[in-house]
Amino acid sequence: MGFLQQNDSADSSIGGRIVTLVLRLILVVAIPLIAFAVLYAGFIFLREGNAPKWVITAVAIIWGVGGVAVLFWLFNWSVELFSDTWRARLQPFVFVGPALAILAWYLAIPVGRTFYISLFDRDGPGTGQFIGLANYATVFTDRLMREAFRNNIFLWIIFAVPLTVGFGLLVAVLADRSRFERTAKALIFLPMAISFVGAGVIWNFIYVVRPPDTEQIGLLNAIIVNLGGAPRFWPAHTAIAPWNNLFLVIIVAWLQSGYAMVLFSAAIKGIPEEILEAARVDGANEIEVFFKIMIPTILGTIITVTTTVVIFTLKIFDVVWVMTGGQFGTGVIATQFYRQSFIARNAGLGAAIAIVLLIAVIPVMIYNLRQFREQEAF
Amino acid sequence: MAGSRRQKWLSLLLVNGTLLLLVLLWTVPTAGLFISSWRPRIDIQSTGWWSVFPHREWRTVATLDPRELGLDATGVMQVEGVEATFEELRAGVETPDGAQLRWLGNRRLGRIEVQERVWTVNWDFTTENYQQVLQGKDFEYVNPDGSVEIIPGDNFWGAIFNSIAVAVPATVIPILIAAFAAYGFAWMDFTGRRFFFVIVVALLVVPLQIALVPILRDYAKINLNGTFLAIWLAHTGFGLPLAVYLLFNYIRTMPREILESAFIDGASHFTVFLRLILPLSTPALASFAIFQFLWVWNDYLVALIFLGGNKETEVLTMRLANLVGSRGNDWHLLTAGAFVTMIMPLVVFFSLQRYFVRGMMAGSVKG
Repeated sequence: MGFLQQNDSADSSIGGRIVTLVLRLILVVAIPLIAFAVLYAGFIFLREGNAPKWVITAVAIIWGVGGVAVLFWLFNWSVELFSDTWRARLQPFVFVGPALAILAWYLAIPVGRTFYISLFDRDGPGTGQFIGLANYATVFTDRLMREAFRNNIFLWIIFAVPLTVGFGLLVAVLADRSRFERTAKALIFLPMAISFVGAGVIWNFIYVVRPPDTEQIGLLNAIIVNLGGAPRFWPAHTAIAPWNNLFLVIIVAWLQSGYAMVLFSAAIKGIPEEILEAARVDGANEIEVFFKIMIPTILGTIITVTTTVVIFTLKIFDVVWVMTGGQFGTGVIATQFYRQSFIARNAGLGAAIAIVLLIAVIPVMIYNLRQFREQEAF
Repeated sequence: MAGSRRQKWLSLLLVNGTLLLLVLLWTVPTAGLFISSWRPRIDIQSTGWWSVFPHREWRTVATLDPRELGLDATGVMQVEGVEATFEELRAGVETPDGAQLRWLGNRRLGRIEVQERVWTVNWDFTTENYQQVLQGKDFEYVNPDGSVEIIPGDNFWGAIFNSIAVAVPATVIPILIAAFAAYGFAWMDFTGRRFFFVIVVALLVVPLQIALVPILRDYAKINLNGTFLAIWLAHTGFGLPLAVYLLFNYIRTMPREILESAFIDGASHFTVFLRLILPLSTPALASFAIFQFLWVWNDYLVALIFLGGNKETEVLTMRLANLVGSRGNDWHLLTAGAFVTMIMPLVVFFSLQRYFVRGMMAGSVKG
């Protein structure tokens, strides 16, 4: 390693230099030690602490945010003690290092580790047995897994994506011509702020069912009973399986349309007014303008939005979990992953499902990397 | 040109009408929940929330005693100008003047009520549901039949504080780390710069499910499960690729001269970053901060896995999901509870809409 930076102080005698060097060394060791001790004390306080809730919250925020800031300052401070050449070499890693370390621990390395776990039976590596690719065979043959794939691909993607994109586009086009654009867009976008658990409660309350001879308090069943139908809890009504999934799909379309709308709205505003006017002067009606000019112009945005919603739908979890727990034939890939990994405690199979999810998004990853290379950012 | 004007008016009507319909469809679910959360428990259980709007309802205007009228409940009876059997009266029979006769109770001791259809609104509102959800008090209810029922409350306060303790650091920590990294990638030179950044881009769409089991095993080894630090780090890890990518794109576009003149003045990278770059990146930081804050606040899966075993650190989404699971029919608690979890996102949404929309658009591909 490098040498500690030379200090051209007035005192240049050998004895004096040794004293400053020793003092510096003590500082270099002591300051990080004190900092780590304080941070560790904070951690223990938060883990064991019996203080009032608001005290714990305040300490947690100060300790968490402050701790990271202190660590950065500390790293930088110690690197700046080195000579110029070493500083130039090490300093980038003070800046980039923490991010890379966390990314490695939380995302990059787990890809390999999860794949490794997926090659073992339910106990995983260590105590479990190596079974090769047998878990992947199970993933594609197990009845519940096949059901999850069917729901995820044929019901979620086939219905949720066109619904979301379609509603988003419709609202964007309509709002563009309305005086109430801002209000309308805000209200349609609003569900994006709500958690999936909260959305689950909202829609549970729409689907809620009462015995047939009492008044229905859920909107959907109230309407159905008024039209002469029988009240049911539709998301769990297996007699109409697999179409009961659509009652969950609607929730996600409701949540995500706002996102699609915002992107489409921005794209539509980017179309030059002259092009639209020219087409209208040439006698095109509004529908022709929409299909022959707007759609081709914003095609790029449509593809982006569609891809995003597809990825999102592939990973759908919370809504299904809160509404039906993945039962009644409504399981999806992510709920099966959760069930196998954390409830059935089948580590190997759970890991294999996670890998399948990863493989499903790899085309998008490749597309992103290509885009990045074209940008020539480096 | 009258025809064209009329056509214009018609198309405006069509546009605004359809828009209104869609907006209503989108708003009604949330509005129904909000209205219900203020209605008394008995009302929520017995009538739909739409009864707060004017509607027609059968209201009893008179009660007749069949024995006083000398009616024979086993055969056809003559009451108020209609002929009906007991069964028909049980189901409700309409009289010629538009009222309804309804037999209540059993054949021997029951009574007949004369009901008229009147316009009414159901405007009983209460704050009891919110008190119950926030203070965790037990509430006594008197049922219509006179029996007293005690419903335990559900305390969300602890979960609110936990959500804050989780969400604030889980927003600030990734921003800080990502801002440093973005600066490093944009303006510093080191070996492997391009390689490491390509990895960041590749990790953008990796589903976080891939990491849950390995990380959970690590946490179990170092005894970190159920602590705030565990979930901050997890959210930091899952949010970092996007944060680095966004902030890099922003910082890169800043003019290089700023940096160079600062270096000439003798500033170090650290000071340039703190004094110059961080303040200048505020719009990008704000957009990502709002996206990440709401993502963490609304997250259920990550919290469930890394905080799942610890009641002390339970966050709002977990509290609400537990309530759905254990007391799915206590709608007075669920509606109020759901709204309590939504207050923060809604405040953020309405006060910082512009940043929020920008952040959401940028962050939608997050794994």
